Amino acid sequence: MPESAPILEIRHLVKQYSSVTAVDGVSFAVPEGVCFGLLGPNGAGKTTTIEVMEGILPPTTGEVRYRGKPVGARFREEAGILFQKTALQDFLTVRQSLALFRGLYEHGLEIDEVLELCALEKLAGRDNRKLSGGQQQRLLLAIALVNDPKMLFLDEPTTGLDPQARRNFWELVESIKARRKTIILTTHYMEEAQLLCDEIAIMDRGRIIAQGAPQQLLREHFAEVLLELPRDDFPQVARALPLKVIEASDRVQISTHDLDGTLKTLIDARVPLRNLRIRPANLEDLFLDLTGKELRA
Amino acid sequence: MMKRLFAVWHARNLEFLRDRPTLLFTLLLPIGVVIGMGVIFGGPPRPLFTVGVLGTPAARQADPFLHERYVQFVPIRTEAKGLYEVTHQRIDLLLDLRGAVRYWVNTDSPKGYIVEKLLIAADPGARRQPVTGKAVPYVDWLFPGILAMNMMFSCLFGVGYVVLRYRKSGFLKRLHATPLTAFEFLSAQVLSRLSLIVFVTVVLYVGIGAIIHFHSGGSIALLLLLAIMGSLSMIALGLTIAARFSSEELVGGLLNLLTWPMMLLSGVWFSIAGAPRWVRWAADIFPLTQIVQAARAVMLDGAGIQRIAPNLIYLAATTLVFLGFGAWSFKWRVD
Repeated sequence: MPESAPILEIRHLVKQYSSVTAVDGVSFAVPEGVCFGLLGPNGAGKTTTIEVMEGILPPTTGEVRYRGKPVGARFREEAGILFQKTALQDFLTVRQSLALFRGLYEHGLEIDEVLELCALEKLAGRDNRKLSGGQQQRLLLAIALVNDPKMLFLDEPTTGLDPQARRNFWELVESIKARRKTIILTTHYMEEAQLLCDEIAIMDRGRIIAQGAPQQLLREHFAEVLLELPRDDFPQVARALPLKVIEASDRVQISTHDLDGTLKTLIDARVPLRNLRIRPANLEDLFLDLTGKELRA
Repeated sequence: MMKRLFAVWHARNLEFLRDRPTLLFTLLLPIGVVIGMGVIFGGPPRPLFTVGVLGTPAARQADPFLHERYVQFVPIRTEAKGLYEVTHQRIDLLLDLRGAVRYWVNTDSPKGYIVEKLLIAADPGARRQPVTGKAVPYVDWLFPGILAMNMMFSCLFGVGYVVLRYRKSGFLKRLHATPLTAFEFLSAQVLSRLSLIVFVTVVLYVGIGAIIHFHSGGSIALLLLLAIMGSLSMIALGLTIAARFSSEELVGGLLNLLTWPMMLLSGVWFSIAGAPRWVRWAADIFPLTQIVQAARAVMLDGAGIQRIAPNLIYLAATTLVFLGFGAWSFKWRVD
């Protein structure tokens, strides 16, 4: 992860809606040039946090500082934003939609350059309502890039896209990362975070429950490998075994650094192993592990 | 600031011009209404005389002429008002019963000529005071109101629903994430709608003029100024309604709440001169009333800027009040 002064700092952020606390005392700093991921399930407070960071929502308490100063006019000029849901003005082509947003900023990229960057050249003359989901998302990304932002906010950018469109979008984000942009990404796709993020913060119930580089977090929480079994192959009696078991919806995961000993324990307990899968831990496992602990607390 | 304002103004204009059904409807509805009303009300004169009467009810009861059949007698509040009506042949004769009986008759009016004969037969001592002036056909009288009403609907519903749609779709929220300010956004909406309405109004004025040869005695430049001032006031009123709310039902209800009284009481279809004082006072509050009064003064009487200055000042003041309130209460996103 690049070492540099934070471009964005969030201090003791609280956001309350009447009796609901959506964000509960969140603090973190984002160094310049990194891709920072905010991960969490639906309702964890990711979107509220990012919208307070973007200046769209006022915080109940706490503050957001951009380059050491409260968020203001400079931030609006230098930030590019892709919301979870955005509608564009009707009856405008892709090029005209980009021109509208380009006209709102003092500085930025040429329209043709943005079209090329987001692979939209062939769609430049098409009505923005006649784009597919993936094309629409590429246009929204292009709009977020039209002012050549220093910071790019991507709020669940690939939700609802098919796997191919999602992978295309990831390639685009990687090309933007290569331009040394700072990116704040919220997602509930752990694969996306693992692929794109230099640093992540995992949120649950409005709080950050873990933060760090993905590999560092995995090393901290999983010094071992994971054994994965279908739930139906894991009998009730096996749950009493001295194993670190993580329950998922359709499967059971056993985390261990003693692979041989664990396999022997399972064989002795007559657990069928024909569908056993052994693999290293990923962020999906980490999230499950962390939120499971949180729920049991 | 101007660059941002232009970007939003230009995009909104493209959106409106490419929305063909809306554009066509905006153009065709008022033409249809004018033609329809002209056909219904602009036909041959009806066999009924109308006589305006100055004086107390008791005096009216005593005069033998007021018992004539086929003559409609309408009370007139002031002599100036009565003279205006008889000069424009809106009434056929004005009878003054406040002292010695006298009357004004328009010597250009055939119906005035006949009703005068009836009066002389019933009251030979009545003193004659002739006036002249051409009749104002109903279409001529109606036309300024139709133009103004078209402006009202286009401003209120056009701006109100567009801003509401932008808010509900999240487009306003996206704009809020840019350097664009609420004032710049609202100003762009005002200018965009204003340019479209002025364009449509000019098209209607010229187009309907070619179909129905209405009379316009005043300055075209003054009418254009009035159209601009009136549109600004109405657009600002529409923005005020749309500034905060996110419910179509509520905004639709509020817009109907505004448009129906304006349509009925601002004198577009019929004069409310005989209505109770509080109704006339309420009607004067509406921007549409100010536009209709001023437009008729310019088109029918050839009035200059001095005469309609109070209307223009009222429209400018309401624009500032509505726009100020709209900018103050503006919300970029749905709660």
